[in-house]
Amino acid sequence: MKKKITNYFNHQTNAAPLAVFRIFFGLLMFVSILRFCSKGWIHSLYIDPIFHFSYYGFEWVKPLGIFTYLLFLICGIAAFLVAIGYKYRLSILVFFLSFTYIELMDKTTYLNHYYFVSVVSFIMLFLPCNAQFSMDAITRKKSYKMVPNWTIDSLKLMLGIVYLYAGLTKINSDWLLKAMPLKLWLKSKYDLPLVGQTIMQQEWFHFFMSWGGMFYDLSIPFLLIFKKTRSFAFFLVVVFHIATRILFPIGMFPYIMILSTIIFFDAKVHLRILAFIERMLQKLKIKTHGLNKSINQIEHFKVRKLSRSIILIFLLFQLLIPWRYLLYPGELFWNEQGYRFSWRVMLMEKKGNSVFKIVNLKSKSFFYVNNDDFLSDVQQKQMSFQPDMILEYGQYLGNHFKSQGHQNIAVFVESYVSLNGRLSQQFIDPSANLMEMKDTFKHKHWINPLHDEIKGF
Amino acid sequence: MYKKQNPYLYLLIALFISFSCSDPSELDEGLVDNFDRKEILENVTDNIILPAFGDFTEKLSALEESVNLFADIQNSVNLEEVQVRWFEAYKIWQHIEMFNISKAEEVYFINKMNTYPASISKIENNISTNQYDLDANNNNWVAQGFPTLDYLLFGLEDNNTSTLLFYQNNVNAAHLNYLQAVVSQMVSITDIVSQDWNLSRDTFVNSTANSATSSLNMLTNDFIYYFEKGLRTNKFGIPAGVFSANNARMKKVEAYYESSKSKELSLEALKAVKGFFKGEAYNSSVAGASLKSYLNYMTENEILSSAIISKFDESEQLINNLDDNYANQIAMDNSLMINVFNKLQEGVVLLKTDLLSVLSISVDYIDADGD
Repeated sequence: MKKKITNYFNHQTNAAPLAVFRIFFGLLMFVSILRFCSKGWIHSLYIDPIFHFSYYGFEWVKPLGIFTYLLFLICGIAAFLVAIGYKYRLSILVFFLSFTYIELMDKTTYLNHYYFVSVVSFIMLFLPCNAQFSMDAITRKKSYKMVPNWTIDSLKLMLGIVYLYAGLTKINSDWLLKAMPLKLWLKSKYDLPLVGQTIMQQEWFHFFMSWGGMFYDLSIPFLLIFKKTRSFAFFLVVVFHIATRILFPIGMFPYIMILSTIIFFDAKVHLRILAFIERMLQKLKIKTHGLNKSINQIEHFKVRKLSRSIILIFLLFQLLIPWRYLLYPGELFWNEQGYRFSWRVMLMEKKGNSVFKIVNLKSKSFFYVNNDDFLSDVQQKQMSFQPDMILEYGQYLGNHFKSQGHQNIAVFVESYVSLNGRLSQQFIDPSANLMEMKDTFKHKHWINPLHDEIKGF
Repeated sequence: MYKKQNPYLYLLIALFISFSCSDPSELDEGLVDNFDRKEILENVTDNIILPAFGDFTEKLSALEESVNLFADIQNSVNLEEVQVRWFEAYKIWQHIEMFNISKAEEVYFINKMNTYPASISKIENNISTNQYDLDANNNNWVAQGFPTLDYLLFGLEDNNTSTLLFYQNNVNAAHLNYLQAVVSQMVSITDIVSQDWNLSRDTFVNSTANSATSSLNMLTNDFIYYFEKGLRTNKFGIPAGVFSANNARMKKVEAYYESSKSKELSLEALKAVKGFFKGEAYNSSVAGASLKSYLNYMTENEILSSAIISKFDESEQLINNLDDNYANQIAMDNSLMINVFNKLQEGVVLLKTDLLSVLSISVDYIDADGD
């Protein structure tokens, strides 16, 4: 057994998959940052709002005013340098730090795929993605043909975790037995040509997509591992992600997933991709110095044992963290305690309306807050149904009005939420003074329980 | 025809069709019970919006006539005629305000017609300097429209006898001019918006996509916005002081200077809201396709739509219990005003959470990726 493990970790393989992964990842991130800028989101999401929602323990991470643009610029440049493999270690470190900083600035914009980017770039910190076909290979006049096989496997495992958990979390009664929320979302796609007025409105199709999505997510990692099913699996990946791209506003995520999945193919495919890229570069009259042939082929790239241990621990952590919801009582979809960072993707149609009441406990006088005065529309939408955001905002309001000279302040919220087509119900205990509550990892007892049960993961 | 021609779409369509063709009977069934959103747009446009604009335009020109007559001959009959015409037009306005779409939005129609309370200082300043541009896009909202007429017709003096004397006095000719200017501005801006509705009717009813800029989405979003801000906040919340540390602000009721009419105006607004939701033709109870029927199609029952209608009805009952004059009501017992606000808020919750959820309407102001 021990020998097997040692053998596994010593096993060497061609480094091409890492190079291809690095190039696609870097380019996609570069494009993502450009897209983000061009949509004006830096301003509307990070500069315009006067208040930002923080992650627990990261309250110090805030947008940098006008310098936020600089942060995105740095992130974009780092992504590009990762793609071309120039000073790779530094570039990927800068990318990881700047991207993660951006994501930590405001919880409002949390998306699983942003988290995925942070996670993958963290793993890439410890992988020799610049072994071959990189600027680094040219400048150091050394190209490594082989790398330890586990470095490639660690990325495969991470992708496998994403799919597997995305599939597991779909095993719940709303998704499988009610086809919720897909039923609502698909029905609203009546404007698609041909299919919109027909099968998008069909109940069997809603169930077909729900069950199909679950089986797809659960099986795709295995279909990708085995050589016989790999091409078919990749075809499914392309179809599935393009379908989601058409149906839902999920930005760059489908492309990231499609291109990441290529890593499951063996080195031959990757060598062909690299050869293709080299031909394209030559056509563009960019001197490649025989990138793929390598200047000075050296067989093995040694990865430090410490890196290996860090990645192992990190992946173990990734396997465990989606289960933390089990530590909390109550309905996960409702309370959202342990919901993030768990690959729960597109599982809920949840909308809320939260009105905050500022009360003077002595005089009993009160007034309602106009959320438009403090939050952007996106922030209001997200805050309205997420307990930790309601609390953070409520306390911010309390402190704001205190600093304006109001005294004996208590903050209450009249919050209603509807989940997966259920009639809305009161979400937060209206008699809970938010100023007295603390944001901790403990159960939030001031959330009213959902008057229904959702079975499953 | 479609905004985004996605090449992948055709691959997908081919795929879906190959799935769906396995059972053609189900496909046919789908075509039968599918909901036609264009019917809502046609019903709302042809039976609610256009007739309401038609009526409103007539009422406004009647108002303009009466003002011109009064400008020629200042007597009590003519003054009263102006006041009556003002109120008739103001009532019909309650059917117009929720449609803050395209042209209306572009020319700040709503802001110019009904931003209240009016600013006396701004109005008097305009009159005394005689230098003002009512067409400018922001600086004179509080010095024109119905609230300004309210001030000029009822707020200058305590009663009609004194008001008449005021206008009969040549020193105040500038006030009379301003009255005319405000009304003619209202007429011209309404003409612009009304004509645009007539011209763009076909484009509007054919824009049946589910995107932020498609007709049904804009209608729905504006309807909810109006219900929350125009009706709940402006007519009840702000005057009752719920946004300002419980300081009731009587001066902020709609039609403050003729505040005996404030209840009638808000009842009319609620009637318009209910009619729109149920798809009832303007000034009639004949119902067509509507948000209500669409909601019933999506939820496959009537639970949500009846819950929403109940909130409208309960609000109406609470409003019926109020004094005709909201300024008086606030002075006597503000809690009844707050009760109405709270009831309307229950409606807001159903519209903003349940209805938007079920209809999966792309909300126009949210612009970011999801996952």
